[in-house]
Amino acid sequence: MPDAALYLAIVMMIALNLYALMGGADYGGGVWDLFAVGKRAQEQRDLIAGAIGPIWEANHVWLILVVVILFSAFPAAFSLLSISLHVPLTLLLLGIIARGTAFTFRKYDSHKDHVQRRWGRIFAVASLITPVLLGISVGAISQGKISADITGKTFAEVYIAPWCTPFCFAVGGFALALFSFLAAVYSTVYAPTDELRTDFQKRAVGAQLACAMLALLVFVLAEGSAPGLRESLANSSWSILLQAATAVCAISSLIALFQRKFHPARFFAAGQVTLILWGWGLAQYPYMIRPEMTINNAQGAASTQTLLLGAIASGAVLLFPSFYFLLKVFKHKIEQPISK
Amino acid sequence: MSDLIFARAQMGFSLAFHIIFAVAGIALPLMMVIAEALWLKTGDEIYKSITKRWARGTAVLFAVGAVSGTVLSFELGLLWPEFMKWAGSIIGLPFALEGYAFFTEAIFLGIYLYGWDKVSKSMHLLSGCIVALSGALSAVFVVIANAWMNAPVGFKLVGNVATEIDPIMAMTSPAAFPQVLHMLIAAYAAIGLLAAGVHAFLLLRDKQNVFHRRALGICLALGCTMALAEPLSGDILAQMVAHTQPIKLAALEGQFDTMRGAPLRIGGLPDVDKRETPFSIELPKMLSVLAFHELDAEVKGLNDFPRDVWPPVLLVHLNFQIMVACGVIMGLVSLWAGALYAKTKKLPDSTVFLKTLVCISPLGLLAIESGWMVTELGRQPWVIHGVLRTSHAVTPMPGLWLPFTTFLFVYIALAVIVVALLFREFSHSLDPVKESDHA
Repeated sequence: MPDAALYLAIVMMIALNLYALMGGADYGGGVWDLFAVGKRAQEQRDLIAGAIGPIWEANHVWLILVVVILFSAFPAAFSLLSISLHVPLTLLLLGIIARGTAFTFRKYDSHKDHVQRRWGRIFAVASLITPVLLGISVGAISQGKISADITGKTFAEVYIAPWCTPFCFAVGGFALALFSFLAAVYSTVYAPTDELRTDFQKRAVGAQLACAMLALLVFVLAEGSAPGLRESLANSSWSILLQAATAVCAISSLIALFQRKFHPARFFAAGQVTLILWGWGLAQYPYMIRPEMTINNAQGAASTQTLLLGAIASGAVLLFPSFYFLLKVFKHKIEQPISK
Repeated sequence: MSDLIFARAQMGFSLAFHIIFAVAGIALPLMMVIAEALWLKTGDEIYKSITKRWARGTAVLFAVGAVSGTVLSFELGLLWPEFMKWAGSIIGLPFALEGYAFFTEAIFLGIYLYGWDKVSKSMHLLSGCIVALSGALSAVFVVIANAWMNAPVGFKLVGNVATEIDPIMAMTSPAAFPQVLHMLIAAYAAIGLLAAGVHAFLLLRDKQNVFHRRALGICLALGCTMALAEPLSGDILAQMVAHTQPIKLAALEGQFDTMRGAPLRIGGLPDVDKRETPFSIELPKMLSVLAFHELDAEVKGLNDFPRDVWPPVLLVHLNFQIMVACGVIMGLVSLWAGALYAKTKKLPDSTVFLKTLVCISPLGLLAIESGWMVTELGRQPWVIHGVLRTSHAVTPMPGLWLPFTTFLFVYIALAVIVVALLFREFSHSLDPVKESDHA
């Protein structure tokens, strides 16, 4: 039987997955807020705000869950990550603050145009930058330049070099493209009018093309920057199957988009992002932070891990129905027009 | 200044900022559901207006609290990686449970705020109750984690390493119950009387305004009860501190010599070089009574401890004085409110009383801030009392003045915006007819 540490790592992956599918789409929504153009720009913005509104506070929690599991169950990994990625993580926090507060202030501040535009701009720009920083951090733990031994090293070697590489920035761009893609596809489902659906259909196709190009770029750059990850992605027994499945999802979602079958498009888009994330997770296994920290040598007390697993399992029994209820109450009404 | 000081300052103002939104997230939802229950019971639409107004306040404050709380969970690592490496396994559990409480709060707040016409009336009220309850539970779990730092249990120290870790036992630190009780009551008292001040201010302009009269009634009922209960929880807390952290008690009282029948000091400026606390009014034997419930109990003085484990005595003592003074004033005003109500059986609304409410409205938050200063400064130089020094817990990252300055400016800007938004929200409310515009 695998030990608690592995199960906890799997829970973290699930939380990351949900964060990408839901929180990620919120970031993507902000991106489309920034690039809302044409005569329906305001309608596009309203659609995005309406879809994010009731849910966003809840989506935050997936990231918190990852952080809490990390520091409770893998304290050494949390500590190392916090030191070596201090700079991008701090910037990530500033992005999260700017995004969350500007979104709320926009809703509750005066509805005069210039006030709304100011909050909207902050929300949108922060939505653009934050996913890139998330991607950079994921890239950094994959490429293997993070070491716990910092004696005698310069500031740049310890705090900048682990993440300031073309590979990490490519992963950041890839994350941004994926989130924007998700948001655009989801919006085709929620859009109340055909014109709006077409707007987001175009955006989704464009974002999907960007995803494809950035995926290729990440894979090419990985050869020099993250050889361990790439080796595992390219040559493991599972990887061919997984990559084929990812490609099928990606192409199916494109086809569904062209055929204006938006519900299947959403299903395949979510599948695509999920498979990419688990592909990364499998390729990264057993490492948490390459090249030194694995699931085994980062783990803390076994008693804590067992309890944590129990707490998560019993909490999930309570929370998933509540969360489902929340989604059901709100998304149902918005979806009415298209299902008729 | 050193990087350690910048790290402590950044953590300090991040917490000081977050705690305001956290306590609002505990107390405001309770007030909101009380108003809603009154609306459902009486059918009086004014109560519905009050509910919606407070719900809008809750929404803004919760959003900022959620964000500043997320920031804190990262800052634990960004600023104190060695602490988290050491303690993560031991106190991770309450943080995980807090995460659940927060999640529950977020889910049901979403339903509450956006679901007025989407769920049934009783489901709506139930959602509000869950928000209020999970807000309080969040505080319980976070304060439990902090209590462990003050009186650590649930592990065995072998050399510098913690072994035989028992996270459940770690949640049962002797400091846990007294700290949680003191914090929760403080939250209800502070926010109840703060909101009372706001409504009193607006009533002064228009005393017959029914909206503010009813709102003030709810605020006073909650705030005054809690302000009167707070000294009792303070007594339980003081005894715990006396037993588990005698040096903290000595610092907050400015007590240098170990003595039997130690006096309680009001005011005074502890001088660590001369090792005395001049300019104070001393109430003979009262410290022994309060800390140990015995006239001649021995109170340990700072001189019994090595100089290098003293907390910053002057700051701890002054903050303690501020906290107690605020609490006493709030308690007295609450007694006055109770006496007025007992005499007239109606809402106390004399101009003097309302003006007093306005004046004392910030004192609850001031007491909470200074109370946390007492707890945190009083534990220095330790981050985990007697186990790990703060200076050993800090990140090796240099140049911490930069994140310190950046976050300071961001938080100041956020504070200004939130205050401006809330002020507008409430100054609009002189005319309750307009309430219906705000769905």
